[in-house]
Amino acid sequence: MRPELWDLRVDKVVADLKNGSRADGRKVDEVRKVVLTKDVSENADGQARVKLGETEVIAGVKMVLGTPYPDSPGQGSISVGAELVPMADPTYENGPPRSDAVELSRVVDRGIRESKTIDFSDLCIVEGEQVWIGFVDIYIVNNAGNLFDACGLAAISALFDTKMPKLEDGRIVHHEYNGKLKLKHKPILNTFAKIGNTVIADPSNFEEKAMSARFSVTVTEDNITAFQKGLAGSFSVSEIDNAIDVAYKNSKQMRKFV
Amino acid sequence: MAKKEEKIVYVDSKGKRLDGRKVNELRPIKIKAGVIPRANGSAYLEWGQNKVLASVYGPRECLPKHTASPYKAVLKFTYKMSSFSVPDRKNPRPGRREIEISKVCGEALEKAIFMERFPNTQIDVTVNIVDSNAGSRIAALAAASVALADAGIPMRDMVSGTGVGRAGGKVIVDLNKDEEDAPDAVDVPLAILPNSKEIVLLQLDGVFSKKEWQEAYKLGVEASLEVYEKQKEALKEKYVITETKKGVEKK
Repeated sequence: MRPELWDLRVDKVVADLKNGSRADGRKVDEVRKVVLTKDVSENADGQARVKLGETEVIAGVKMVLGTPYPDSPGQGSISVGAELVPMADPTYENGPPRSDAVELSRVVDRGIRESKTIDFSDLCIVEGEQVWIGFVDIYIVNNAGNLFDACGLAAISALFDTKMPKLEDGRIVHHEYNGKLKLKHKPILNTFAKIGNTVIADPSNFEEKAMSARFSVTVTEDNITAFQKGLAGSFSVSEIDNAIDVAYKNSKQMRKFV
Repeated sequence: MAKKEEKIVYVDSKGKRLDGRKVNELRPIKIKAGVIPRANGSAYLEWGQNKVLASVYGPRECLPKHTASPYKAVLKFTYKMSSFSVPDRKNPRPGRREIEISKVCGEALEKAIFMERFPNTQIDVTVNIVDSNAGSRIAALAAASVALADAGIPMRDMVSGTGVGRAGGKVIVDLNKDEEDAPDAVDVPLAILPNSKEIVLLQLDGVFSKKEWQEAYKLGVEASLEVYEKQKEALKEKYVITETKKGVEKK
């Protein structure tokens, strides 16, 4: 990677935004083109491939038998993990997840979990003994910016695609299914970047290089279900309120893909 | 199996909460600056049942060297929960929650510090949660910010904040654990730079309307300013000079 080339493009991003235009010609609140397919893995119980502009992520769900937490004996759970694998970006490395990967997974996880889209008591098999745990694992294929929204969309789409494995004598029968996972809402993650004094939706990787702060908001059809402000910059409350409005508007489009 | 549960009233008709607080009332806060002599700066903070120790070392040489920046200091923030600080013993290994909190709290503080004055250095901020009862990340930030000022690191502003959210259908400030466990609970950790009101930390989980958020933000800013006053008092307190019979004594 040649840092000086990156910096030149960052300067262009900043200069363009001062005139209200983005390097790729988008409006400030416009998201890139989304392509969603279900061609990831036949072994997965649910799957989604999301392309958000050039950003590409794949998600697969595995429903696994587990024991419930002692404080919620009648409830199953989900777990979202996102891995920044070295194939997707020259700066990613092998090894245990770093703080950016941990944050990414937890923000995606929270938006879905807190929207109450899944009733976790539906995932109970025998109270106190056996429950379903849905593992949503996301792998980044190409990082061209805004992994949050790409992963958020991939995770909820893969969950909507999830078929419940068939159980026989308390064991999973592979490749046989018994209905689908029940979900009530479609929470959509919307991420904004602050560059100079402008807040833009769905930042590309060059815009991410130039951003001072990041704000993500997950919304369902009519409620907010998660916030996450990141990086060293700050937002005013009017910027946050405006981002929430844009999030509601953009989510309507995104929800059609799920 | 129908469990019969008594319905808990989180805010009663007189506007009193479970622990007797008003909707906009913080738990009692005590802050003391300069409690760790070896550190460049430190603070001890009690916020309700939360007890927090914060230390600051630096700016000092940034190691390993590849993590340094030629443009500014690097802030290395560690939020750590003691194993005995929660009802079930916490595994001392840093968990995903702690890693995320360390990241967002460190980023929140960066805005307040003149980082660009100390290129190629690091500032280490370590916060140990000794006892906890909801709102520990904001308590950690409040303590860390006092410790940074105590270390004499040039700052634009303090970082002050509070949790805001909802329990039992009412928007309230500084939720305690019982309120955080309400069936409809929403927790919104919020931290601002008190003089410019810029938002430097904001998270939310739960189902919240935009109207509720706006109400919560208003209450949150007012409460954060109270926290700011406590932080300033703690710093001034350290440098108070008291007169005794023998003469002047620095406290």
